Formats: sequence, structure tokens, C-alpha cells
Amino acid sequence: MSIGFGKQKDLAALEGRHVSLDGALTILSFVLLLIIVVIPVFMIVYHAFFYQGHFNPELFKTQLLDPKNLGAMWNTVKIAFFVTVFGTIMGVFYAWLLGRSDIPAKGLMRALFSIPYMFPPFLGAMAWKLLLGGRAGYLNKWLWATFGFRMNINSVWGIVFVEISYYFPFVFMQVVSALERMDPTLEECARIAGAKQMTVIRKITLPLVLPAISAGALLILITSLAHFGVPSILGFSQGIFTLPTRIFDAIQSAEGSFEGIRQGAALSIMLVVVVSLALIVQKHVLSSGSYDIIKGKSMRPTLIKLRASKLPLLVLSILTLLLIVVVPLVMIFLVALVNGYGNALIPSNFTLNNYISVFKAAGTFDSIKNSMFASVVAGVVCMSLGTLIAYVVQKIRPKGKGLLEILSVLPYSIPGTVLAVGVILAWSGSLGVSLYNTIWIIIVAYLARYLSFSMKSSSAALLQVHSSLEEAARTCGASHTESLKDITLPLIRPAMVAGFFLIFLPAMREVTTSILLYGPFTRTLGVQIYAMQDAGSMSEAAALGSVAIVLIFICDTIVKYITKDRKGV
Amino acid sequence: MGKIVFKDISFSYGKNTILKNFNLEVEDGQILCLVGPSGCGKTTLVRCLLGLNKPDTGEIWVGDTCLFSADKRINVPVERRNIGIVFQDYAVWPHMTVAENVLYPLKKRRVPKDEAFKRAHHALEQVKMVEYANHLPSQLSGGQQQRVAIARALVGDGEVIVMDEPITNLDAKLREQMLLEIREIQRNLGTTIFYITHDQQSALQLCDKMAIMEQDGTLCQLGTDEDIILRPANRFTFEFIGVSNFIPVVAHNGGLGLDVGDGVVPWEGELPAGLDPDAGVELGVRPNDIVFDPESPIKVKVDRCTFLGSEYDYRVTLGTRELRVQQSALDAMQRGTVKAGETTGVRLVNPRYYPAKKEAQSA
Amino acid sequence: MDQVVLRNVTKRFTTKTLGDIVAVDNFNLSVHEGECFSFLGPSGCGKSTTLRMIAGFEDLSEGEIELCGRPVSVKSKNLYVPPEERGLGMVFQAFAVWPHMNVFENVAFPLRIQGMNNTDVNKKVAEALKHTSLTGLEKVYPGDLSGGQQQRIALARAIVTQPKVMLLDEPLSNLDPKLRESMRFEIKELQAKFNFTIIFVTHDQSEAMAISDRMMVCDMGKIMQIDTPENLYNKPVNRFVHSFLGESTFLNVSVRDGKVFADGDAEQALNLAIPPEAADRMVVATRPNAIELTGGDDGYVTHVAKRIFLTDRTEYLIPVGGQTLKVQTPHRVRFSEGEKCCVKLVSPMWYPAEDEAAERERARRQTI
Repeated sequence: MSIGFGKQKDLAALEGRHVSLDGALTILSFVLLLIIVVIPVFMIVYHAFFYQGHFNPELFKTQLLDPKNLGAMWNTVKIAFFVTVFGTIMGVFYAWLLGRSDIPAKGLMRALFSIPYMFPPFLGAMAWKLLLGGRAGYLNKWLWATFGFRMNINSVWGIVFVEISYYFPFVFMQVVSALERMDPTLEECARIAGAKQMTVIRKITLPLVLPAISAGALLILITSLAHFGVPSILGFSQGIFTLPTRIFDAIQSAEGSFEGIRQGAALSIMLVVVVSLALIVQKHVLSSGSYDIIKGKSMRPTLIKLRASKLPLLVLSILTLLLIVVVPLVMIFLVALVNGYGNALIPSNFTLNNYISVFKAAGTFDSIKNSMFASVVAGVVCMSLGTLIAYVVQKIRPKGKGLLEILSVLPYSIPGTVLAVGVILAWSGSLGVSLYNTIWIIIVAYLARYLSFSMKSSSAALLQVHSSLEEAARTCGASHTESLKDITLPLIRPAMVAGFFLIFLPAMREVTTSILLYGPFTRTLGVQIYAMQDAGSMSEAAALGSVAIVLIFICDTIVKYITKDRKGV
Repeated sequence: MGKIVFKDISFSYGKNTILKNFNLEVEDGQILCLVGPSGCGKTTLVRCLLGLNKPDTGEIWVGDTCLFSADKRINVPVERRNIGIVFQDYAVWPHMTVAENVLYPLKKRRVPKDEAFKRAHHALEQVKMVEYANHLPSQLSGGQQQRVAIARALVGDGEVIVMDEPITNLDAKLREQMLLEIREIQRNLGTTIFYITHDQQSALQLCDKMAIMEQDGTLCQLGTDEDIILRPANRFTFEFIGVSNFIPVVAHNGGLGLDVGDGVVPWEGELPAGLDPDAGVELGVRPNDIVFDPESPIKVKVDRCTFLGSEYDYRVTLGTRELRVQQSALDAMQRGTVKAGETTGVRLVNPRYYPAKKEAQSA
Repeated sequence: MDQVVLRNVTKRFTTKTLGDIVAVDNFNLSVHEGECFSFLGPSGCGKSTTLRMIAGFEDLSEGEIELCGRPVSVKSKNLYVPPEERGLGMVFQAFAVWPHMNVFENVAFPLRIQGMNNTDVNKKVAEALKHTSLTGLEKVYPGDLSGGQQQRIALARAIVTQPKVMLLDEPLSNLDPKLRESMRFEIKELQAKFNFTIIFVTHDQSEAMAISDRMMVCDMGKIMQIDTPENLYNKPVNRFVHSFLGESTFLNVSVRDGKVFADGDAEQALNLAIPPEAADRMVVATRPNAIELTGGDDGYVTHVAKRIFLTDRTEYLIPVGGQTLKVQTPHRVRFSEGEKCCVKLVSPMWYPAEDEAAERERARRQTI
């Protein structure tokens, strides 16, 4: 209805005194993005290739050719590949089951699927280690006694297995949503044309949800490539490294020396290259491009009757879900309660001593406090910043808005480890500001990491606020600022709140970023749990882990309650 | 008073000239419908009136107030123009109740609470939405939301209300109803209404006066519905409103003839002054002004006859030219229809003459 | 042989909000070979549900459906032939053209399912594309084509197997008005060429009347009337059908002493023939353009209250007693507001007068 560019230009030209408001917002956005995103990224590239002001690729070459690093690179790719392939297959299978068949207990299964989203994979790795970690693993003990063999979770396949169980919901969500929104007449047409059910699935349904599958697979791919928690818990003891864990190892072994951090920078470049290559390959293999298949009339899609296979499939699905989703969580609680790791998991061995000692331990309360503080601050700042940038890009539309957009979503594809290294390089004194060993360096890293989340969600919300809504307010007598306050802001507030939690929840439970940035007094919850299990205090790690699980679950429930049924766009 | 004056308004966007020296007056207390094809510049004009676009030249006055003058550097900001607007997509704020929506303009103008409530109530009465005062827009249908938008436009004490395609998104029956209601409200309040649309039918039903705008942004004709229908000023107006047939007119045997493609049929008629058959003249005639008459020397062959209920729609061939003929149900009842494949005569009633179009002729 | 036969077909749904609703109530109809038969009615009338039962996407609550003499859905015997075995052609409102296949593959799909060899497939697809003016676009993908072209792809795909019966579910609703008209002609031409039997579902009465040989008007799950368009338009069986098909104008009248008086005028009678079973109070229904408006005295003498110019006709609002009669004439019939005139209703329909409750219900349904 309105001529977008012209309108904005005109409105700006009309209100001479408001050009500065819009201009100020634009400049602010650029400056903030510069500080948060550009500088850390730049520092990595610089320190990988330059030494004391001169171009010096020696370090990079050495790192690139070091067999330990090459091995880590190979592992990273191998693990990510298998996780993506099997995770996708599993995700598609469940998506089809819930989205197209008449299997019962759909509600239960959906609820089970939301659990992997809630909890950090490293807790799962911990749990599986308790079950299948060498001779001491509970399940291994039983397997050895009953069948005479053990399984080794501390292996590449172990890592693959745990990651799959946490990442397959990515594909599931995308595909089930595509299936549910797909126009059923596309399939009905095929049946009228003479095609039986299976042919319809093969020739029509699957090809049409391919873009959704591809999107989900991509998400699994980049998440796995960048993941730290699972490979570190299951791989370190066996000397199995991936690039993210190698970066951590390099920096830690050098005990914080600059040399180690430079190594980290070089490795970071390698990791980013691997991720970029993977993205390019993925684009070619699974050609993206979306089909317009959303239905207009609301018709229920015809559900495929499973008949004879219904019961077996139901049993298989539920059992698999219970195994990979519920069992690990339960394990953590059991080990937390048992009076000594390795003792039988029977009620007579249960005690609360582990909890008491955990909370007596130095740093536990602090770690919870730190995590809450960092997550809340990061959530609030990211939400505001993301909204600001989204507003500038969409409504003010200055020259260079493309650059703003790119900068704000760039960190999304940069691994958390790499961002952490960049933040160390940027804000440890070399530029005059030192945040090292403070909670603020963690917060700054969180800002970089999560900005794109809130930018995307605020963008989507702003898109829904049609310009005619603001113009109507203007014609009713509201000034530019008043229309923002009365109309725009209230309408995007629900999305902003959702955006806050989108950041708060992951930040609360993450370990990848803070493991590189924590100082003696700035441990996060994730780091604390990790440190405990690294030191071998399995019972205490499990106890704190179970506390984390409860905390996360409560936060999630509160969020669900707050964000449902909001009035707004 | 609520008289609107557009004087010499020009507006360009980039290389496109959308409006050039556009002049239009909307008289006080009148409904003027501005009709034109999509993209002709009507919405741009409205946005200039509201202050959302700034014209390059000209002046805009409402009553005694100059809202914009390029020469005098006057440009009243949007929020101070006090013009009610009803948008095509209603633009009713979803996070406010109906009452809050309607009270908003009064709040912005700092009207004291008691008076504000009274006026809001009155506006809601006008649109029959009083009982929905505490509803949210999401609980209302499209028609009801449109009424809220109208109430919000009425509630300020502005003398002018602009409506930009307000009923296009409603279904047919509701459109009819809303047109009647808008008429009634205007009658009660005496506000000037500037109504923009591409839908000729609604415009004809609603307006006191109608202005027709051509694709290039020029004003084609301004007049009452009777003027537009019975006395179209030029070919564009004639073609724009409803359906029309055109047959070239040529000089023939000292008089006039119709060039039917494979010959010339003598035609008794007189060209108005200024039209010369040698320079290219066409006869324009409406489908329902072509009447079947077996006695007439002008013969056509019927290709298609479709029953549309209130009329029969025919495609006939005159020589090699295809014409559309419409026969009313009454006529069909009294004198019968003509079947496809038959040949019969036609009389052309109420023909008009226009210069031929310079571009390639359509068949 | 009748191509589509419905006997006592009923469909009930159990909904969460409204309880049990009868979407289709005892439908009985037969569609003749080569006929274009429309299902017409407002949304919720049951037309789409009936079509889906014929296609096989819904089963029946009661009754039976036969296609070309073969039973395909019989509730009493629990017989249900799945859609892929019914040999139908179908075109949907949203085209349902597969975006991941090009034009050729879309149209070839039904033939490939049958296992036809490549040579025959090529031949038949080429023919179908020729008949729908799509020749030359074989390699193009639907996403690059306009709405009208996509609809033609759907049409080509439906005719390529030369089915006996074609189901068209609001196929033209998503097209713009000019395109709708030309597609209508194309469908009719295809039907004439191949002698398809077509069932056409629509809510647009003018479209139904233009395309059908016969049509069925339904409302709230019940069939109101089945007849040719002309008969439905000129002799609607009840008030609903009258106002659904085209414009109507109604007069409440009383019959006294062998004369008809409009409510509000007890003196001047309307010059109308009274049907034999007329009650004291009736409703006279007519079409606005089936009323003669003259300047003489041969009819009901009144004046013009309001004149509105429309694009292709003039509308006059004329007081008759205390009611308003809507009359539409070509522009050349000219009366000014206030001018004396005379109206004559030509072949009106007579309906029983409604009681208060029905009037209120009708009024309630109209305010939206």
C-alpha cells in the first residue's frame, strides 16, 4: 500500500528534528555491533596471522600441520557427519509418525521431544558416562555380568550417539511443522491420479518437505561442529579431540599464556573454515529453496492408517524415546542420591550427603549466582540490542542496513568456542580494556553469541507491525515517538519477552563459552558441574547436575506460562 | 469548513512522476469518490493530504487552514492535521480494546476524560458497535473491525475524513451494507468524506461527486454520477466505467459508415464537431445499448450466449469484429433470446464518438 | 447411463464445539452423462463435503454412491473404494500443482502411475497440453508460472487420463475476474470435445449459472432445488433460492377480495394474477430487472424515490405501499427522482409469508 523507501525518506525529511533521532539510533547500532561482533572476530584473524605487527603465518602453518590438530579436525567432521545423517533420519521418522500417521500417544511423544531442547547435552554425556563409562559404568557392570560384554561410551561412536539424542529434535520440529502446514490437496491430488499411499509419500510428501529436512539438518550440522560439552566429557580421557575441545586443551595446557591463546586463534580459523566448507557442501547436496506449500483452507490432512504396524511402532518409538531422553536424566538423579559412586542404586544406599557437600563446596552458590546474573544481563541487553537493530534495519532503513543485518547474524554461524577466543583476545587488555577474569567478559561473549536470536525474533515481530498501524496513530495526533511508545513497542513486547527467554535459558545452562572465560570467582553453573566431574567427584557432579535440571525445568515452565496467551500481533 | 483544495500538486519518486500539477476541490459536507486504476496515484495523493508524503510543488488547504505550501514552506506535521483516516486494512490496534482504539485520538488531543467518553460513545453509536466497547479486535469480524476504524476516524472533531479502499477486503453483501451505513453516517454528521477506490460500482453508489483519475495521474473528469455515466467527458472515462465496444467510423458514400473489418456498413449518424473521420474516429457503445432487432440492416452473427441470471451475455461478430452484447432478463422474457450460431440484426442505441486510439487497435 | 448417483447420502460430524452436526442430509441426485452439474451454496452448506465423499476422501454416515454404474461407497455393506481406484479427474481451488515437478511431469504423473510406456506418455501429455494451451512450457516449473497457467496445468493433469467424471472444487475462485471468464469457456470447450461429466462446486452463483447444464442449490446440509439455471433463476422454489441466485426484491402482500394489496397501501391494488393456493398473507418475489418501469398508468402508479447510477444499469428505489421496490433498468430508461412512474411485475414468484421468528433469524444472519 505504501511506497516503502519513499515514505521513510519523506517522513524523515519532514521532521527535521527527528532525523537526528533515527540517525542516532543507526549510529548506535553500528557502534555496538562493532564492539560486540567485529572486534573479537577481527582479533582472531589478526592474531592467527600477525605477530607483533607483522604478517607471520608460521604459527598457523604449524598448527595446521600438527597431527594432533589434523586428527581433531577429522574427528570433528566425522562426528558431525554421522550425527547429521542419523539425527536427520531419526527426526524425519518421528516427524512422519506424529505428523502423518494415526499413531496414538502423540501428546506424550511430543512432550518427550521437548526434553532434549531443555537440557544441555553435556549433562547427557555425563549421564551416559555414568552408565557406560568403562568398567565402573552401572549399565556396563550389568551387561558384563549378564552377557559378558561391555560398551564403551568414551569413543567417537559414544559421542555420536549422545549428540544424536539431543539434536534430532531439530529436524523433527522443522519437518513436523512442514507436514502439518502442508496443503493436503497436494497429496489428495496424487491419490486421485491413482497413486497408492506409499507412492504418495515417496513422490510427493518427501520431496516437498525436503527444504524443511534440509534446514533441520543444517542446524544439526553446525551445532555439532561447534559443540564442546559431549566430546570433552567423553573424549578427553581417551585422547579423542575435536577442534572445539582442542582449542580448549591448547589454551589450558599453556596455562593462559599468550602463546596458547594464539594457538587457539589459529585453531579457531581452522574450525571456522571447516564450518564454512560444511555449509557450502550442504547447500549443494540438499538444495535448499522453499516451496510454497502452506494451505489456505483449514482441512485436516488425511492420516495414514498404520493398522498392523501400529502397536510395534508405538512400542519401538516410546521405548527409544525413554531410552535416550528419560534414562540419562533419571541416572543423574540416582547417582546424586547414592552414597558412593559405584554402589548399587537401591534405596538403602540413598542419602542426601552429596547435596550437602555440593552446596558446602566453594563456588557452588557463586556459580549459580554468576549464571543467573550473566544470563539475565545478557538476555536483557541482547533483547534490547536485537530490537534496536531490527528496528533500524526494518523501519529506518539507512544505507548500510545490509551490513547491519549481516553483522548481527554472523555470530550465529561462529562456534561459541571461537567467539570466546575472540573475546579473550579483544578484551584482555590489548585494546586498553581488560575484562578478563570478570563476569563481564562472559557476558560480552554471551552478547555476541546470542544477539542473532533476539534480532531474528524481534525482526519477525516488527514485520507484523504494519506501517499502517503506526501511520494511523500519527494521523490520530501521535508524534513519531508517541506512536513508537503507544503502538510499536506494546505490539512487539510479547516477542521481546520471548526473545529474552530465548537467550536466558540457553545461557543459564551453557558451558562451551564460559569454560574458556571463567576465572577463579566467575564460574558458571555449567563450569562448576563440568569441573566437578572432571575432578572425578561423580556423585557431587551428579548432585549439582540434578539441581541444574530442576532449576532449568522450573525456569522453562515459568517461561511457558508467561509466554502463552499474550495479546498482541 | 471542511473544503479540501489540492492545488498544483506534483510528486515524483525517483524517475517516476506520479502526480503532476494535480488540481482537485472537494466541497464541504460532500462525499467525493476518487476513482482510478491501481497505481494511478490516488494513494499518493491521500498520503500527501495526510502529511505522510511531501509533495514537490503546490498547496493543500483544508477549510481555512493551509496544510502544505511548497512556496511558503508550510508543512503541518502529520499529527496536527486533524484528518480522520480509514485504511484499507483497517489498522485497528490489536492490543487495545475497541473503546481504547476510539479514545486514542481524543487522548492525544488532550480532551478531558468526561467529554472524551461521551464523544467515543457517540462515535460507537454511529457505527453500531457500542456493545463491543470492551472487545479486542481479534474477537471481531472484518466488518466489525472496519466499523471501529470508522468510529475512530469520526471521533476527532476534524471536518474531513479520508477513506482509502475501506471496504475492498469485505465480502460482497457486507460491502453493500457498509456503503449504506457510511452514507447514513455522513448524512448525520455532515462531514466531508474523501473516498478513494478502484471499485466503480461502490463509488457510484456512494458519491455526491466523482472524480476519475487516469493511469498517469491526471484528472479525467469531475462530476456527479449522472455526469460520469450519461455524459462521459472523454474516451478514458467512457472506457473506464463498465464495459464498452468500439467500432471505427469512416467516411462512406458522402456520409458515414462503420468499418466492420471486411467491409463498410452504412451508418446514419452525425459526428460531433471536431471529429474528422479521416483523422480516426471510433464509435463507442455499451453492451446493453446494443438491442436485437431483426429489421436492422446491421447484421451480426451470435457466437456465444451465456445466461448470467439478470442478463444474457452475448459474444457476437459484426463483420470480423467481436462485440459484447448484454440483454436484460426482462427483454429476454418479452422478446426471447438469440441462440448461438444465428444471425440477426442489431440497433446501436446511444452511440458516442471518440478519437481513435493511437496505439494498435484491439480486435 | 447416469455417471454419478447419490442415494440417501448423509454425513454426520461430531465436533467439539457444536456437538453433532449433519453436514449432508439425505442427498439424492443423479448426474447425466456429459452434463456439467454444479453444487452451489453458501459456505457450510455441504457441497464440499459431498464432493469429497464422491472423491473418496470422506466416508459416508449413510447411503451409497455409484460412479458409472459401479458402487464406490456403500455404507450398509461397508464398501469403500479408495480415491486412487475411482478413476476420477479432479481440480482443486488452490490448484495443487506439485512445485517440485515441472509441467510435463505434473501432467504425466497419472499416466506413470498406471505404468504407461514412455512413448504413449509423451503422446498423451502433448495432447493434454495442447488442449490447455500449455504447449512449449513442458520444462518450466509451476513456481515460475501465473495462477491461470497453474490452473491449466491442473486441468491438463485431470484430463490426461480421459476420466469419465471430473470433479472441480471451486477451481476458479483464486483467479482474477477476467481470467475466470476465459477459463470458464475453456472448461466448457473441453467438456464439449471430450464429453466429460463435470461436477463443479462453487459459492459464486453467477459462475454456476454460466457454466452449468443443471445445478443443485443447497443450504445447511439440505438440497433446496435441482434444476437448470434458467429454471432455478426464474422459478426458485423458495425464498432462500430466490435471494441466493442473483438479486431479489420482495413485497409483503395481502390477498383480499380477489385483489393483491402491498402492505402499506390498502387502496391501489397490484395488477397481479393470484395463484390458486394463495393464503391471505404472502410474499411476492421478483428480480429488479424483471420489472417494467414506464410512464403510463398500466400498472401500479407511484414515483421514483431515489435513483442511483451503476456502471451498466440504473437502479431506482420505488415506494410501493410502505415498502421499497428495487428496479434496475438500462441507462436509457430515464426517470428523475420524484418523477411519477408506473411499475409492472413480470412473472413474479409467490412464497408463504414468514412468521416473526423466521424474519428475525434472517435479519440476524444478515448482519455480520
